[in-house]
Amino acid sequence: MVVVIALVVVVVGSILFHLLSPWWWTPIASNWGYIDATLVITFWITGFVFTAVILFMAYCVWRFRHEPGRVAAFEPENRRLEIWLTVVTGLGVAAMLAPGLVVWKQFVTVPDDATEVEVFAQQWSWSFRLPGEDGRLGTSDAALVGPDNPLGISPFDRFGQDDIIIESDDLYLPIGKPVKMVLRSVDVLHNFYVPEFRAKMDMVPGMVTYFWFTPTRIGEFEVLCAELCGVGHGHMRGFVQIQEETDYQAWLQEQRTFAELWEERRVRTASSDPEQ
Amino acid sequence: MANIPYRPDEQVPPAEVPDVHPPHPHTWIGRWVFSQDAKYIAIQYSATAIAIGLVALVLSWLVRLQLGFPDVFSFSAEAYYQFITMHGMIMVIYLLTAIFLGGFGNYLIPLMVGARDMVFPFVNMLSYWVYLLAVLVLVASFFVPGGPTGAGWTLYPPQAILSGTPGGQDAGIILMLLSLILFIIGFTMGGLNYVVTVLQARTRGMTLMRMPLTVWGIFTATVMALLAFPALFVACVMMLFDRLLGTSFFMPTLVEMGEQLSYGGGSPIVFQHLFWFFGHPEVYIVALPAFGIVSDLISVHARKNVFGYRMMVWAIVIIGALSFIVWAHHMYVSGMHPYFGFFFATTTLIIAVPTAIKVYNWLLTLWRGDIHLTLPMLFALSFVVTFVNGGLTGLFLGNVVVDVPLSDTMFVVAHFHMVMGVAPLMVIFGAIYHWHPLMTGRMLNEAMGQIHFWVTFIGTYAIFFPMHYVGLVGVPRRYPEIGDPAFITTPVDGLNAFISIAAFIVGAAQILFLFNIAWSARNGRDAGGNPWRAASLEWQTPQTPPRHGNWADDLPVVYRWAYDYSVPGAPEDFIAQDDPWVQQTAPT
Ligand code: HEM
Ligand SMILES: [Cu+2]
Ligand SMILES: [Cu+2]
Repeated sequence: MVVVIALVVVVVGSILFHLLSPWWWTPIASNWGYIDATLVITFWITGFVFTAVILFMAYCVWRFRHEPGRVAAFEPENRRLEIWLTVVTGLGVAAMLAPGLVVWKQFVTVPDDATEVEVFAQQWSWSFRLPGEDGRLGTSDAALVGPDNPLGISPFDRFGQDDIIIESDDLYLPIGKPVKMVLRSVDVLHNFYVPEFRAKMDMVPGMVTYFWFTPTRIGEFEVLCAELCGVGHGHMRGFVQIQEETDYQAWLQEQRTFAELWEERRVRTASSDPEQ
Repeated sequence: MANIPYRPDEQVPPAEVPDVHPPHPHTWIGRWVFSQDAKYIAIQYSATAIAIGLVALVLSWLVRLQLGFPDVFSFSAEAYYQFITMHGMIMVIYLLTAIFLGGFGNYLIPLMVGARDMVFPFVNMLSYWVYLLAVLVLVASFFVPGGPTGAGWTLYPPQAILSGTPGGQDAGIILMLLSLILFIIGFTMGGLNYVVTVLQARTRGMTLMRMPLTVWGIFTATVMALLAFPALFVACVMMLFDRLLGTSFFMPTLVEMGEQLSYGGGSPIVFQHLFWFFGHPEVYIVALPAFGIVSDLISVHARKNVFGYRMMVWAIVIIGALSFIVWAHHMYVSGMHPYFGFFFATTTLIIAVPTAIKVYNWLLTLWRGDIHLTLPMLFALSFVVTFVNGGLTGLFLGNVVVDVPLSDTMFVVAHFHMVMGVAPLMVIFGAIYHWHPLMTGRMLNEAMGQIHFWVTFIGTYAIFFPMHYVGLVGVPRRYPEIGDPAFITTPVDGLNAFISIAAFIVGAAQILFLFNIAWSARNGRDAGGNPWRAASLEWQTPQTPPRHGNWADDLPVVYRWAYDYSVPGAPEDFIAQDDPWVQQTAPT
């Protein structure tokens, strides 16, 4: 008897916790409302199944509990019931999968007008690179990384010269414009994760990964690293500032290009090198 | 209704297997240390697994101290990562895999199929000693300079072998990889034994489709493990080479802390594919024995045949096969080609169908049963609750786009603890309450068992159900401390403290359980030969506990499946598998 009550309490308690507790996802700040919608659908379907299964079990335990004189039925199989259940389950699963795949298609298809923004990760900080006036990011290579070239950008690629470098500082993005986040790491795996944007993706040394989104809300959003990257993992945070276009442009004017930084650092290294 | 045919004349094929007598030990050491008796090896395996499992339990307490009370108990990040890594690895490999296959597999397979022992008793013994060596190497890594590895149980390179990770440039990671390699060698010896024993040493009349589902589950899991562990084996060997010999299997050109390393040309993603090609089947290597065992527990204690036996067998086999083509659902956000997402999301959700069928059949076994709420039955019921809960959240994570916000958050931690942590543990507990009388001849103490059950069931649910919401809020996993970032609108600190307290209470209840095992082995109520009135073969041995060689002079002959409970017209509410009883058809 206690078991039956406990099972009912588990179900009712879970539902109440879900509905009444204050813990829910943080308000969204990107175009990925579809992801939230799919998640909510999944909550409904699975919540219904959980409730039905456990309550049915509770009913069985109550109805068929051992009493003197009770004899169990002998029923090895029931073809029709088994096929019926299989088909219904298949349909339910398909109903969840189909919208999921449709949204995934959108998630992996970057719109043509998206601007590229590079995120650069290393233990344990974030840097960024914007394409500059030519709209293209110059090539880069981990082998080029050094004190005078922290992001490893090819000094001989003309597309890289006007790239804007933001070293260990906040990234600003204009609201309402799709961005393709191009992700690069030079040491270990990291993962660029902003809870409000819903999207995340691993950053893998030796390759370039990406995801895209459109910011839809002005504000400051915290970046967390979501792939274990060593002891500093929990402290690897940064910020993305979503701004109106005009504020964004004002910020952009203050940033330095790769060519400027390169010059400056070369001069500094040269003058501090005793052998020269 | 019943359409399993009963044809008495066809029930017993001629003896295919000659009766082989297992070697008899002549020395004390041969009997009690280097025993070749599968039953004794099973107990050695289980005791070792439980002992090392206790270490993992204590580690989970330390982890929960940090997460629940970060201001009071603040461990270093190094220590925190070592705790979670060792906790996770021990639980999955050294406890669950070892106890299901090495423990229950060894004990139950020969008895349930009517064999005198495993087919290769010497190799079987060796399997245990290599496993013990693997455990000792693992334990040794706690004591080397730099401590054990803190790379996470997934051991992803490059960080696993670099200096930013505890143990990466010290001995920690080397010992971890060596220990895994040893474990796999040891397992392979045992695993071949289980498979050959099931295929070759079944007694007369024990057709494959008469085997208890426990054997089906362990057998399928073993076949899977024999196919999956080699992927982990090569991954470990290659990573050892990368670490010790400077090869670059998994290492691209790297700059570590501003310094160029001499690696180049390898791919970290390849490791992830190898790891999860093993790692996903691993989930089912733990789950399938649990499925099989729980089916038997429900059937015996509800005095009713397993509903849809053939469907259950096929579901086990299909799940086993499908689980080899879903591995990359752990890698949706790993940077692999995004189009893989379509394929792996589809296969992952397809696997939900045979899994759901198993759940329905457990419920339909209860339906119109005669349910005895014994401890094994209680644990079986709680398994269904946690497994259904964890299985359903799996549909979130399997459905690729829903996984994007949730992956690498505490939601994932909650999910896999429900489905592959707590659920299989519930089955292990149920199984120990069920078979302890067979192993010792004595019942476990009921009162202690009740306390153990209620604290564990309610407690683990209280730990892991709310944890999903910590992840939903956005808290990543493997964070010793989240602080109070702006995205957390309602702080989760109170919830974390609550979870931690529940974890301490649940842990304490396990101590009571172990005490119960030790205490009841001497003081428990006498179990008699077949206390649960079960039909399967292991309860029909001439002595309880079964002696060396299991059976008397002749092997048993099997006339029926393992589920003849409450058969209409039978003299009792169960008919043992070796009982030749035939329904006398009433003259019409
Ligand atoms: C009372 C029991 C348990 C408690 C309280 C517990 C708690 C935890 C916690 C708090 C974490 C770390 C979360 C993080 O920061 O990422 C963790 C990780 C983990 N646990 Fe458990 N756990 C328990 C039992 C188990 C069992 C039975 C398994 C077996 C499957 C298991 C497998 C794992 C794994 C694989 C990890 C991941 C380690 C990693 O991130 O590398 N745990 N557990
Ligand atoms: Cu990280
Ligand atoms: Cu998986």
